[in-house]
Amino acid sequence: MKRSWNWRLWGGFALALVGIASYPFFFIRFPATRDFPWANLILFALAGFLLITGLRRAFQRPEAYRGKVSGTILASLSTLLVGFFLYTILYMARQVPESRGAPTVGQVAPDFTLADENGRPVTLSTLLRSPFATNDWPAATGDARGKTAGAVLIFYRGYW
Amino acid sequence: MAAISVDPPDVSQRLREQAHYSFLFLADDKLAAIRQWDLVHAHAGPDGADIARPAEFLLDSNGKVLWRDLTDNFLVRVRPEDVLHAADAANGR
Repeated sequence: MKRSWNWRLWGGFALALVGIASYPFFFIRFPATRDFPWANLILFALAGFLLITGLRRAFQRPEAYRGKVSGTILASLSTLLVGFFLYTILYMARQVPESRGAPTVGQVAPDFTLADENGRPVTLSTLLRSPFATNDWPAATGDARGKTAGAVLIFYRGYW
Repeated sequence: MAAISVDPPDVSQRLREQAHYSFLFLADDKLAAIRQWDLVHAHAGPDGADIARPAEFLLDSNGKVLWRDLTDNFLVRVRPEDVLHAADAANGR
């Protein structure tokens, strides 16, 4: 009897890869799917279903389906890759320092002087007086003279 | 609004141009302000370099912190509407 190609094994493996790759290239663009990777978990669940049913076919009906060896390898590899993805997204991404010494609400934040992208020094106190601090902020500062303002400061990880 | 990271000015300029941002980018490659504000994420950058952890602050004109967000997950960032709501609340709206 000719043994059939066990498409569920390969489909499950492919779906696991799609589930992993789709997060950084697609789902990360949308807060709803970035903040918690529920869409990827659905893909992993489907991949797992295909792999499990594919392995069952291979082991319970080896006369009809291929995939005892390849299926085991694909299932193991999928488990490792998905496990690494989940470890990274659900655990490693949360290893952020508490920053207990960061300025709290009501506290006056410490002043600093940093260089803008043209190398010009910018102090926080000067920035706070300019309501339209954009890329050409010195010009904006002149227009905003005498006006009270404030600032939104965004600290980010860098290494773009 | 100003974005601060350890990236040098030329890297920030490239980012700003590619993403078409109009706000200010400040370079803290020596982590002076990042350390002063206790926002260091030690050894989290390439080759174990220290970088800034994600954080957002809304300051009034005197530098007083009106609102802040210190995420516990670097994939989860504050939404623009959250900042706008905080600014509205600070202005009594």
